[in-house]
Amino acid sequence: MSEVLLKAEDLRVRYGGILALKGVSFEVRRGEIVSLIGANGAGKTTTLRAISGLVNFEGRVEFTDKNKQTQSLGQVAKHNIVRLGLAHSPEGRGVFPNLSVRENLILGAYHRVDHVEIQKDLDHCYELFPRLKERIKQKAGTLSGGEQQMLAICRALMAKPSLLVLDEPSLGLAPLIVAQIFSIIQKVNQEGVTILLVEQNAKMALKVSHRAYVVETGLITLEGRGRDLLNDERIIASYLGGH
Amino acid sequence: MEASQQEFLQHLLNGVTLGSIYALIALGYTMVYGILQLINFAHSEVYMMGAFAAYYTGRSLNLDQSPGVLSFIILLVAAIVACSVLGLTIERLAYRPLRKAPKLNILITAIGVSLLLQYSAQIIFGAEPKLFPEVLADRTLFTVAEVEVRTLDITIFLVGTLAMGGLHFLIHHTRLGMAMRAVSVNGPVASLMGINVDRIIMWTFVVGSSLAAVGSVLVGLKYPKIDPLMGMLIGIKAFVAAVLGGIGSLPGAMLGGIFLGLSEEMVVAYLSSTYRDALAFGILIVVLLFRPAGLMGTPVREKV
Repeated sequence: MSEVLLKAEDLRVRYGGILALKGVSFEVRRGEIVSLIGANGAGKTTTLRAISGLVNFEGRVEFTDKNKQTQSLGQVAKHNIVRLGLAHSPEGRGVFPNLSVRENLILGAYHRVDHVEIQKDLDHCYELFPRLKERIKQKAGTLSGGEQQMLAICRALMAKPSLLVLDEPSLGLAPLIVAQIFSIIQKVNQEGVTILLVEQNAKMALKVSHRAYVVETGLITLEGRGRDLLNDERIIASYLGGH
Repeated sequence: MEASQQEFLQHLLNGVTLGSIYALIALGYTMVYGILQLINFAHSEVYMMGAFAAYYTGRSLNLDQSPGVLSFIILLVAAIVACSVLGLTIERLAYRPLRKAPKLNILITAIGVSLLLQYSAQIIFGAEPKLFPEVLADRTLFTVAEVEVRTLDITIFLVGTLAMGGLHFLIHHTRLGMAMRAVSVNGPVASLMGINVDRIIMWTFVVGSSLAAVGSVLVGLKYPKIDPLMGMLIGIKAFVAAVLGGIGSLPGAMLGGIFLGLSEEMVVAYLSSTYRDALAFGILIVVLLFRPAGLMGTPVREKV
């Protein structure tokens, strides 16, 4: 089995007096696609926000950086986390609407100084998503939802991450676009990027995931291989529409 | 050419000159608002301190004995350094600790800082007006269509345009500018890109304060009496210019400044100088009533 890239232990997050995460533990190994599935409000996004330093948490999150050093993410300033090799494409895409498509992508590589490589990665992005290339000069706010999602994923890839964190890439998109985006996610994974995925679209997520965790009201209630969970009675009843 | 026409052109020139000064200061309000959604009421005092920094530099180096471009540049640099340091200090000590506090708290703090600086300046520099060092002799450079173009007018216009052009370049063609635009729409996501949001905010204060510094030296040359309360009225007018253009919009602040300068000059010329200062407030009321987002701003719906 490959080495552990990200390990969260007993992750707890409070919003005011409310405990939104009650002790979440999971791990992501190098080369995997791991998804966190669950209903609205279960704590999936909060988990990702804790990892990326956008909310304070108790517990431990360890990440193996590009130099194979283990870093405790709670002690890293939030703007330095991407430098360790963890790129986060946030919920609702978070593209900068007032910036052009190209500027959004360049910002994804903000911390990098290897300009030749950045140009190569830009070209690679355009290969993955040819529609973005047609729109490089357009303001990101004028793109369709699907195009914005593609841009958000590409922007995160521009950081050249070892772990790509995706928060609901299927949100509000037509089934055809969702299928397209998930096939790109698999392709990116095959190119060597480990992926942590949060999804409400459980079926789609489980199909592409090596492993998955089910999050319910701030706790992990189930875990297993993606294929197995896809056939699990409890999952079918709660998340796949039942029969 | 008819006398009335020539007069009109002269007023036009004066209006644009005055307007570029308002625009310079308005940019500082609008930049900070764009990033922090805060009306930085202390900005007018940063401007005032710039004039005093230039004054004391000029006096201690006896620059009015050696007028010329070099002396002018020395004054500009002195004001820019002083204003940047002051702007940074205000941000660090007064605003950053309140970053997560309700907006009203920060707004009241801004007013407090403004008053603190006004009265500290009165204690330190004295309340009586001081004579700004005359480093550029104001003479008629040339006459176009019987309109006298004077050294200071052209200096103010050129320096103002250069500063605003520089700002445009910074915002749209540099890495820092791109980061500023990103932070202004979504700070948390910008931090996911590796942008240190606090540092971008600091740069915003440095740039905004520097523009105010440039404005203060230009005003010092044009209207050489400076005093610790000199920032109040011009600050409010520049704020009106920023609101008129659409607060948060850089081209809006420039347009608003020029518009306000021109209308003031025209009111003085064709109505009565009594209305000069009332005009800005009249414009503010009209804008807030009929187009609160300003000329170039985009309306924001309050989220409930």
